[in-house]
Amino acid sequence: MIEKDLARNLLITMKKIRIFEEEAVKLFAAHELPGWLHSYIGEEAVAAGVCLALNPGDYIASTHRGHGHCIAKGVSLRKMMAELYGKETGYCKGRGGSMHIADFSLGMLGANGIVGGGIPIATGAALGSQMKKDSKVTVCFFGDGASNQGAFHESLNLASAWKLPIVYVCENNLFAETTPQADHQAIRNISDRAAGYGMPGVTTDGMDVMSVYKDAQKAIERARSGKGPTLLEAKTYRYRGHWEGDPQPYRTKADIEEWKKKDPIANFERFLLNQKLITSDEIETISEEIANEMNDAIEFGRTSPYADPQACLSTLYIH
Amino acid sequence: MPDRVITYSEAIREALREELKNDPRVFLMGEDIGIYGGAFAVTLGLYEEFGPERVIDTPISEAAIIGAAAGASLVGMRTVAEIQFSDFIAIGMDQLVNQAAKIRFMFGGKAAVPMVVRAPIGSGTGAAAQHSQSQEAWYAHVPGLKVVLPSNPADAKGLLKSAIRDDNPVIFLEHKLLYKTKGVVLEEEYLIPLGKADVKRTGADLTIIGYSNLIPKSLQAAEKLAQEGIDVEVLDLRTLRPLDTEAIAQSIQKTHRALVVYEAPQLGGFGAEVAAFIGEKCFDDLDSPVTRLGGLEMPPPYNPRLEKQLVPQVEDIVNGVRKLMKG
Ligand SMILES: Cc1ncc(C[n+]2csc(CCOP(=O)(O)OP(=O)(O)O)c2C)c(N)n1
Ligand SMILES: [Mg+2]
Repeated sequence: MIEKDLARNLLITMKKIRIFEEEAVKLFAAHELPGWLHSYIGEEAVAAGVCLALNPGDYIASTHRGHGHCIAKGVSLRKMMAELYGKETGYCKGRGGSMHIADFSLGMLGANGIVGGGIPIATGAALGSQMKKDSKVTVCFFGDGASNQGAFHESLNLASAWKLPIVYVCENNLFAETTPQADHQAIRNISDRAAGYGMPGVTTDGMDVMSVYKDAQKAIERARSGKGPTLLEAKTYRYRGHWEGDPQPYRTKADIEEWKKKDPIANFERFLLNQKLITSDEIETISEEIANEMNDAIEFGRTSPYADPQACLSTLYIH
Repeated sequence: MPDRVITYSEAIREALREELKNDPRVFLMGEDIGIYGGAFAVTLGLYEEFGPERVIDTPISEAAIIGAAAGASLVGMRTVAEIQFSDFIAIGMDQLVNQAAKIRFMFGGKAAVPMVVRAPIGSGTGAAAQHSQSQEAWYAHVPGLKVVLPSNPADAKGLLKSAIRDDNPVIFLEHKLLYKTKGVVLEEEYLIPLGKADVKRTGADLTIIGYSNLIPKSLQAAEKLAQEGIDVEVLDLRTLRPLDTEAIAQSIQKTHRALVVYEAPQLGGFGAEVAAFIGEKCFDDLDSPVTRLGGLEMPPPYNPRLEKQLVPQVEDIVNGVRKLMKG
């Protein structure tokens, strides 16, 4: 049985991510946002299920597809949207953009433009926690594609040998950019790789937020109690292209429609309604509140000023 | 027959296609280069034409891509590896610098590593700090590597074909903002030798020395300056290692002034090497100090306004030349 508050929070988090991403996609198409955009739509249950199983002070490290992780960790939508606009009021003062959002005060150690680049960093954060004995756990998000980087293998080995308090969460959305999993690795369950490093490997249903939450909770508990890392693989799917503008020659519309039947938000809503844990009116209110918050964030991003280039140079070093 | 005009990326594709046809040892590998045609669509259609055995999609494993390119070439293949953004070469740097570049020398000249690593460089697409750098100076600092940066479609085709036929490891850097630029390219096969600079515009008053995306910018600047009566020569280095020092010296003997332009951070960039050469070998020819115009000392920022200020623009080059002409 799931408690009411947790259920609500999981739903709110997933919806917030979905709506943020839908708005970002629209703004990008309208050329309001520069750069490149990797949408998280379809994968919301992973970020929500994992991050809500963490304590507020715990760390996460994210990826190029990182908006969902940020939102699930509780970042400010205003500052995030302003960053996408490249404005001075954004999380990184407009220096970073979509692929480089961080909020160290919330333990969000940064998105990453380098596939696999965050895995050693997250491992180091866990090492720091172990040395400081601060009882914090680090969650490191990455994709199926990233699991083919040397950095992945080196980090898992090291974390397991040293029993670091970390959970490696692999979001297996079946594609590394445009390359299907079957073409980039010979295994189907990435969690199988855990055996080679002597840590538990678990595969969870990444379209089912409760499945993610429960498996994450176990792995986080194990890490916090000093037993070492877990490799948690969440099977999931991105509904949109690898990046906005991707013509997607590598899959069919029917494939996408099939996965949409497992939509993490629609299915969880149905479940909560059936269990009488929420009413339709409550869902509507939640959606309205998120829409208002989003409009406010967009307005903030749109009307904020750009950075002064001189100020930009001064952030390179600590003086 | 009218001249055929194609884009820089089409010219690169044509070079790849011709070499794949000419030589069964040639093959391509890289991330998403198959059906997708690569992140910048350079290899589009080659998978369909040559099949999955010669146009190979790799896992996201840059160390293995670069290292396996070296290994396959060591045993007789001619590998053309694509790294999706040149920034990611950093992950394969050991394989490139400690392995590929040194295999021949270390083993007493007995081995050859005929490989090409192609990769896009440069800012201007809002891709931010880890997808927009120009790190050509890193590679140019490594004896054993050759470093090539074409500035237009015709050069791209002829230089890439030479790079593939070269028996040494070659880094072939393509500027993202050049991919869609157009130029006349011969339909027949031709080669442009590595290590030869090219005068892209003749002039008498000053030489702008550069490569890659700064060549079209310098040519625009030269047109503007011509209206002010300043006659600028534009020298395109095309290859940084080996460096065509003769072409540099010749041009300076004629114009007596040099502005060296590049997009990478100014400190320690390749322009510093060019300036040092001119200072050492052409000192007596100079009417004013050789001057560098490089990028700002920071990682590429995301915000497009800042990003534009990061690297020399046409106006900056014009101003740089004006200053030098006064001096
Ligand atoms: C080192 C490195 N190589 C390649 C890329 C280009 N790239 C960006 S995302 C991506 C695919 C990543 O796949 P995966 O890890 O499965 O994450 P997903 O995009 O599916 O969320 C690639 C190849 C990169 N950013 N960094
Ligand atoms: Mg993936």
